[in-house]
Order: sequence, then C-alpha cells, then structure tokens
Amino acid sequence: MHGAGPNLAFWVLAALTLVSAGGVMVSRNLLHAVLFLIVSFLGVAGFFILLSAPFLGMAQIIIYVGAIAVLVLFAILLTPRAGRDNGETRWAAPGVLLSIALMAVLLFVITDTKWTTAKDAPEITAADLGQALLSTWVLPFEIASVLLTAALIGSIMLVRSPEEEAEDALQ
Amino acid sequence: MNGLDLVGPQLAVLVAAAIILLVDALLPDHRRIMPFIAIAGLIASALWTTSWVVRDDYQSAFGGTLSLDRYAVFFYYLFAGITVTVVLASIDWVNREGRGQGEYYMLVLITCSGLMFLSAARDLITIFVALEISSIPQYILAGWGKDARSSEAGLKYLMLGAIASALLLYGMALLYGVSGSTLLPEIATFVANEGAANRSLLIVAMVLLIAGFGFKMAVVPFQMWVPDVYQGAPTPVTAFLSVGSKAAAFAVVLRIFFEAFRADVVSDDWSMIFAVLAAASMILGNLMAIVQTDIKRMLGYSSIAQAGNFMVGLAAISVSGHEFTLGASAVLLFLATYAFTNLGAFVAIIAISQKIGSDQIKDYAGLWQRSPFLAAGLAFCLVSLTGIPPTAGFWAKMYIFNAGIRADLLWLVIIGVLSSLVSAFYYLSVARQMFLGASEETGKLRTSPAIGLSLSAAVVGVLVFGIVPMPLISAAEHAVTIFATK
Repeated sequence: MHGAGPNLAFWVLAALTLVSAGGVMVSRNLLHAVLFLIVSFLGVAGFFILLSAPFLGMAQIIIYVGAIAVLVLFAILLTPRAGRDNGETRWAAPGVLLSIALMAVLLFVITDTKWTTAKDAPEITAADLGQALLSTWVLPFEIASVLLTAALIGSIMLVRSPEEEAEDALQ
Repeated sequence: MNGLDLVGPQLAVLVAAAIILLVDALLPDHRRIMPFIAIAGLIASALWTTSWVVRDDYQSAFGGTLSLDRYAVFFYYLFAGITVTVVLASIDWVNREGRGQGEYYMLVLITCSGLMFLSAARDLITIFVALEISSIPQYILAGWGKDARSSEAGLKYLMLGAIASALLLYGMALLYGVSGSTLLPEIATFVANEGAANRSLLIVAMVLLIAGFGFKMAVVPFQMWVPDVYQGAPTPVTAFLSVGSKAAAFAVVLRIFFEAFRADVVSDDWSMIFAVLAAASMILGNLMAIVQTDIKRMLGYSSIAQAGNFMVGLAAISVSGHEFTLGASAVLLFLATYAFTNLGAFVAIIAISQKIGSDQIKDYAGLWQRSPFLAAGLAFCLVSLTGIPPTAGFWAKMYIFNAGIRADLLWLVIIGVLSSLVSAFYYLSVARQMFLGASEETGKLRTSPAIGLSLSAAVVGVLVFGIVPMPLISAAEHAVTIFATK
C-alpha cells in the first residue's frame, strides 16, 4: 500500500473492525451484539477491497452480512424462550488477562517473522477464482456439498417436534 | 488410476448413503434392509481399495490435495472395518429408537467418508473440509437420543468442537501466510529452507494445530468434553467417536508433522510437546478412570489414557536412519488394535445395557451367570486394553514403549508402564464384578445375531493378532514407508 489514502483507510477500517468486535462482547443486549457483528463483518470486507480483492469483499458482505448475520437475527427472534441478554460471566477478568497474554505472544511472533510480501497486489478476477475452484481445489469444493447435505438433514432431524414424529410413525 | 477411481472408496460409501435415504423415503416397508445396504457399501469400498493394492497403483491426485498412498490405504481399511462394526452394533438400538433410521445410517456413512478423506488429504484446505465432514455428523449423532443427557452431549460436543476448529483454522492461516502454500510437501520445503528464521511463528502454528486436533484425539488438556459426551451420547455413537475420530485425528497429525514439520529445526519442539501431552494424558486419564461408577464415563477416561499411549509414538522421533518412522508405525499398530478392542468392549456394553437398563458398573455384578458370552467378550477386551498377553493390546503397548525407549524417552515409558498398572485396577475390577459379584436377577440375557457377530469378530481379531501379531505389524510398517527415512 502506498500513499496517504490507503493508509488512512487501513487505520479507519482497523478501528471500525476492532471497536465493533469489542462491542459484540461488551453489549448486554444480544440484538445489539449482532448489529455490532455486522459492522465488524463490513470492516473485514473493507480490508478485502483495500487489498485489491473486490470479489472477496463482495462475497464477505453477501455471505456474512447478508446471510449469516440475518440468520442469527432470525434465530434470536424466533426462539421464544431464549434469553435476549448476552449473559454475565464470572470469567471476564481471567478472560481479559488471557487475551492480553495471547495478544502479547502473537504480536511478538508477527514482528519476529519474515513475511513474504508482494510489491503489487496480483490481479485476480472472479473468473480466476472459479478456475482455481474447479481445477486445483475441485476436491474440497465438491465434497463441501457432502458436508452441507449432512448438516441439513441432521439439523432437520434434531429440531423435529414429537408431534411430527408421531405423524411419521402413523404413515 | 483416473477419474472416479480416485475417490472410489468414498464414492461407494456415499452412494450407499444416498440409496439408504431413497429406501427410507420410497420403501418404508423395507427399512430393515438399510443397515445391510450400509454394510454392502462399506464392503464395496474395501474391495475398491483392494483393487489399488492388487494393481500396486498408488498416486497423488487432484493437484496434490489427495495422496492415495499405502498410508491412506491402511486407514481406508481401518475405517471401513470400524464402520461395519458400528453399523452392526447399532441395528438393535436404531430399531428400538424407531425414529430417523435412514438418517442415522446415512450420517454414519458420511462420517466414514470424511474419515477416509482425512487420512488421505495432503493439503490444509482439504484436511479442514474432511475434518468437518467427519465432525458435523458426529455432533448430530451425539444429540440423537431423546433424553436431556444426549442433548447436552450434542451441544457440548458441537460448541467445543467449533472452538477447536477455530483454533485449527488460525494455525493453518498462520502457516499459509508464512509459507505461501497449503500443500504439505511445499510447506515441508519452506520449513526446511526458511524454518530457522521463522521458528517462533512455526511453533505458534504447531501449537494451534495440536490444540485443534488434540480435541478430536481427546488428549489432556483438550479432554474436558470426553466424559459428558461419552456418557450422554447413544452408546453406538460413543463407540464410533471413541475410535473413528480419534484414529483419523492421529492419522492426519502423523501426516502433517512427519511430512510438513519433519525438518530438524522444529522436530525436537513438537516431539517435546507430544511427550508432555502424552504424560499428562496417561496420568490424568488413568487416575480419573479409577473413581468412575458409570462404565461409559470410565471408558471415556480410559480412552484419554489410551490416546496418551498413542502419543508416545508421536514423541518418539529423535532417532535417525531407518528408525525415524518406528514411532509412526507403532501408532498405526496401536490404533488398529485399540479400534477393535474398544469397539468390542462397547458392543458388549450396548447389548448389556439394553438388557439390564443401566450403565452402572455395580449393576454388572454376576453377569457371568446371566450371559457367559457377553461377560467373557467384555472381559477379554478389557484385558487387551490393559495390555496383557495373549491379546493384541499387549503387542501394541510393547511396540510403542519400545519405540519410546529407542528414542531416549525412558521417563515417558516409565510413566506409561506405571499408568498401565493403574489401568489394570479399573479394567479388571469390572471383570471382577462380572465374574465374582452376585446378582439378584438371574434371568438369562439373549443376544441378537448382529451383536453376537460383531462382538465375536472383535474378540477373534484381538485374539488372532495377539497370537500372530506379525501381519498387522508389517502392514503398519509398510504403511509408514511413505515418510521416507530421515
């Protein structure tokens, strides 16, 4: 990244992502936590665009903001007996200490490592991604459908009510 | 090998799963044939694998993401065998439960295909997808029962499994970020050439990978889910996850560490980590198992201790020349014998608990009079888990401790031998209850043909390989030749 513009964008996005990620943990209302999560997802999408990967940025917005966050909202609203609060925990203080320790380790490691960096971001189009998915990565790409089938059928089995099962038994 | 042949063994299993779903939906009067379709698919899978062995046709496929080698073939057979036993052991329970029969067998088969992919994967992305294919069905199966305990087991397994997956992904992301590749051979080249300059990052990545897979292996300190999930999940599912996902996690860890992290610059580090985890698992698992009163909880803690035993083989690499892979072959030998011994024990427990309606060890008193077959089968498997000759478990322990001694890990072997002595106490106290205890009930227990068949197969296997261990040992040694000597 060169110049003031991208640098400024980086710091704004970093602040946005981190502050809203903190908001997810701190807000006591579960709905507010999800809204913070959406902002955090948007920040990550901004990073992708900043790194010259606009397709990934759009995918991040469509999948994470559009699908996953909305799904979480629906799940909260449609679960009548579940509490709406984010819950207190006695482990907050040890958790904070542990996070600080972890951050110290990661900061040390990240500065200690010789990362390989490219001068210019490679031009990767959606077509290139599709090509890669159906050539090198065809196996994980295809067997992901097995995973989705199993998850779909399994989750239907788990949430079926006793009445529906009784109906099934009659048939 | 080309085209469909590359994924033939998994395809056979997945096609069987699809047929089961169709039978469930279209032919509800013929649901009884579903387990046999599952077994037919697994046999077809094993035959397909055999065709590779006969043709001596091993290769790397899909741009190197899958490695169809001797090592993968060993595990293909192991997982097919494990899944056949689990299906046989499930029949009675599934018929009694009555709900979702087709879905149950389908999920078991999909898990099996995931385990197979996991043992052959040679690329981080494929490893992760395969791991999830084998995990998510097991989370669902753990919560299959209708009682609150089973729901708790499913939920606990899912939540902690998700955290483990997140740690694993973080480790993989760091590794990819620094090496620029997800393929294990390319990561190996990077570690060998530039590992010294990036040692701290590699260690953090390895720790995260070990944490992620350690959850599946159920080693200390990633074991907290084991007792609750083992106790709460339906017993056939407990049997499956106590051997299936444990074996697959060891398979993939062996492949990652013996291939990608084999360079001297990091190998001593991970060898040390595994040694410490092994010692902690053996000590904690065995001590906690003593005080258990529920047999499924006891076997849960014992499986933690057994995972500690396997890990001695992972730690035993600080030898050079042709003995570099000695520890790896010991792990494979131990995994195979443990799988069938533990499955045998669980099959007996499934049959017993269905009849006496309890998992408490004290209710096993006097079982010898009520069902000599089940009592003898269970006792024999427990003897093998302890590692007393003439069982296969004896050779497995002997072989792995030998590998430890050769690698100058005498302290670890001493801990292993002492904790085996402790384990004899709780394994044999179950046997004592069954043979010497007195029961108020005296009615004979009848066993179904499926249970009888799977228990006999496990016991015969453990006995035969206990008396003639060489075929299994050479199969294990043959499989690890892919990790060429250092």
